[in-house]
Amino acid sequence: MSQHDRLPIVQDAAEGCEAAAPPSRRDFLRTAAAGAVIAAVSGCKPDAVVEELQRRHLTELSKDRLQEMLGKLEKKWSAEYGKDVKVGLRPPMPGVNFAYGLDLSRCIGCRRCVYACVKENNQSRKNPQIQWIRVLQMDKERGVSLEHATPYYNPEKVPEPGHFYMPVQCQQCRHPPCTKVCPVKATWKEPDGIVVIDYDWCIGCRCCTAACPYGARKFNWAEPKLPAAEMNPVTDYLGNRPRPMGVVEKCTFCLQRTRTGRYPACVEICPVGARKFGNLLDPESEIRQVMDRKRVFVFKEELATEPQFYYFYAT
Amino acid sequence: MTVPSWRVAVPLAALVLLAAPLAAPAGSPTAAPPAKAPAAATPPAQDIQAEPPPFSEGIFPCSQCHGKAGDPTPRQLAFHDDLQAELHHGPPSRWCLDCHDNGKRDFLHLINGKQIPFTESYELCGQCHGDKYRDWKVGVHGKRTGMWNGKKTYYLCVNCHNPHNPRFKALKPEPPPVKPQEQGR
Amino acid sequence: MGILEFLKGAARQVVTGGKAYKAWVAVLVGMMVIGLVGYANQWQGGLIATNMRDQVTWAFYIGNFTFLVGVAAAAVLLVVPAYVYHWKPIKEVVVLGELLAISALTMCLTFILVDMGRPDRLTHIMPGPGNPNWPDSMLSWDALVLNLYLMLNLVVVVHILYRAYRGQDYAKWFVVPLVLFSIPAAVGIHTVTAFLYAGMAARPYWNAGILAPKFIASAFCSGPAVMIILFQILRKTTAIEIKDEAIQKVAELMAYAMFFNLFLLGAEIFKEYYSHTEHLLYTQYLWQGIGTHKALVPYAWFSLACSVTAFLIFVTPAGRKNWTTLNIGAVLIFSGVYIEKGMGLVIPGMTPDTLGEIYEYQPSATEWMVAVGVFGMGGLVFTTLVNVAVPIMMGTLRAKGASTVPMGAEATH
Repeated sequence: MSQHDRLPIVQDAAEGCEAAAPPSRRDFLRTAAAGAVIAAVSGCKPDAVVEELQRRHLTELSKDRLQEMLGKLEKKWSAEYGKDVKVGLRPPMPGVNFAYGLDLSRCIGCRRCVYACVKENNQSRKNPQIQWIRVLQMDKERGVSLEHATPYYNPEKVPEPGHFYMPVQCQQCRHPPCTKVCPVKATWKEPDGIVVIDYDWCIGCRCCTAACPYGARKFNWAEPKLPAAEMNPVTDYLGNRPRPMGVVEKCTFCLQRTRTGRYPACVEICPVGARKFGNLLDPESEIRQVMDRKRVFVFKEELATEPQFYYFYAT
Repeated sequence: MTVPSWRVAVPLAALVLLAAPLAAPAGSPTAAPPAKAPAAATPPAQDIQAEPPPFSEGIFPCSQCHGKAGDPTPRQLAFHDDLQAELHHGPPSRWCLDCHDNGKRDFLHLINGKQIPFTESYELCGQCHGDKYRDWKVGVHGKRTGMWNGKKTYYLCVNCHNPHNPRFKALKPEPPPVKPQEQGR
Repeated sequence: MGILEFLKGAARQVVTGGKAYKAWVAVLVGMMVIGLVGYANQWQGGLIATNMRDQVTWAFYIGNFTFLVGVAAAAVLLVVPAYVYHWKPIKEVVVLGELLAISALTMCLTFILVDMGRPDRLTHIMPGPGNPNWPDSMLSWDALVLNLYLMLNLVVVVHILYRAYRGQDYAKWFVVPLVLFSIPAAVGIHTVTAFLYAGMAARPYWNAGILAPKFIASAFCSGPAVMIILFQILRKTTAIEIKDEAIQKVAELMAYAMFFNLFLLGAEIFKEYYSHTEHLLYTQYLWQGIGTHKALVPYAWFSLACSVTAFLIFVTPAGRKNWTTLNIGAVLIFSGVYIEKGMGLVIPGMTPDTLGEIYEYQPSATEWMVAVGVFGMGGLVFTTLVNVAVPIMMGTLRAKGASTVPMGAEATH
């Protein structure tokens, strides 16, 4: 695991030795041979397949190649969505370890966060409908009991008497079971605490969805449907950029926003201020203030995933 | 055929990275100093206050009508009866001049008589709701938007709570998710 | 170029056969066509053509995969009794077992492939072009061991048959260690597959130490069930001699394995119901249903009935000796284990899901079609391989000028 804690792309030290590597002959032969086979099997456009096969794991790409790759994606999506799409690959900020706080005594279950997230993060709108946040309605009588929880409540007004609400999204675990089971290292935890996925390396085996105790990982069961008019053009390669069919995605604490210092979209939209976000390493941050002043708990503590997502009851 | 340089670089980088945490001081995952959010012990002076909600139409400034101090006896009002009717805040004995200043009508006042502008109403709220006030000052209660590590917009108590009727109003929820069996092509 | 000549001979033999053979092959090819139609649909629109969703992300395909890993493992495990009891046709048993393993593995790998969201990125899991997540990911290990095991079986079978084709005995120094190694390897592939599930703390139904032993026990039932029927067919249609006692011995071993399997099942059920923790839900969903959600209940009880009946048949000497009851028992055991390890293992592991939602999964038409296709392909692989292997073993298919002595004749065990 440990060599995956940091990506060379964010390490200046790795720069020098990688910059000069041209595509090797071995790369080419491998690509050509495998490309022919897969093109024959799949009936795909051969150049698309060749490009797919030329891809190396993100950690093995030089800075130049990364830039080239991001440029290509920007061009492709700018044309596709008819707007100036930016695809960043912003490294984690040094000295930052993100954590999230959610005040269960405030949340009223209005689902504003769900839809703000969908919009910010370019999730597929329907068929497949993908939502990174799931708000569970629970009985006050029973407490946090999944057996008596439902995400499908739909009254005229929330909160409903006798109920409380528990939004669940990626908990950015310190010991993520999802990255451990990934057979191709397509997902890993970054130094700022965010668990990311390379959607262009994921093979869609769904081991991670099976391993995640929080139902946080969502699979693109069909070609994602993202209306051009609603597409958010400010994207990050590991965050909210458009995803292809057949890969897994999930909450990234809006890394395209938070790595530039902004709050996640769900924090900004929450009408009751139930959502708190900040840097765990900074004692003055809102999240640390929450942890100092309130008793916090983590979801499914017994699994020792050690989430960086804390629930609390402010009153 | 030469070994591609990443073949060397990656394991080397991995080794360095593996060793790095050992060198860092115990208890801190990185050597770099934490990126700080501005300290917020007092109301966040360096930040931007959200626009307060509009006052009830046509009644502010109050000094338009209330030139000088009036009768301070709690009673049923003929004018402002609408506001009085919706007043659900604390015990029934609560009345306008508990918070609004009698002498300077465009101000509020604290229990010690100190007059405060409407933009600092949180001080008034904080007299009774000390726990919330303390939480609010450090960002635990209430809402902030903007930068987690920089300038933010903070919301006043009255941005979310109608001071005359502070209980948070129920909302229409956004639509529930599609059930798996209804998810089709 | 002997090997080229061997391949040519084998290819000729593939298309050689009586009416029954050709009709059977036609059926299998028909199944594959159905599968291709189903898969084309899935390829085009994505896995939404299945009834899998985020709530139940693994289902019928992975269930079939798991069952077939057991078949692949257990076929080779028959080598053990063949050695222990000094069965005369040991080489035939080895070769047939390995052929079954090869076909089962082909199906296993295909089931994984059809379950993948991005089969075009298959290379990502290969060392070299890809980046397998060793040692952390059980699936990356599973991909490795299944492929190695497939290679192992292919090498042994091709070597034995190639030598026989040219009228030579196989190289003992080469084959014996490989065959012996394939026994722990068989246990290994099934254990790794069990660990794929057992390692997931998010799914309490799988997250149990008992899973790997249970996998092995049930595999010892399902694999030999296929072999029992196969032995009888081959005895009738070819000159291969397989003694009654050998077949009955296999049935007896299956009875013990089934007893152990049922014992482990009982132990699990006791633990779940007696301790009655929140983890009981999954077991309850399988055996009783939760509220109105009872989709799996009939399957569960049918599977148990099959397994218990087969156990009773196989544990009594009279039941094993009567060919009718023996074959009924073999079919029952196969069905029992197929349900138990397919739907009965995968679906309750995911129902309710990790946030307590119950989505009642049933395979879609596409999934059935694809599964039929994969079984058709496995059947075709197995049928054609047996059709080539048997005449070589019997000495009727030989390179020009090679000795035509049947394979087992020159060296008695």
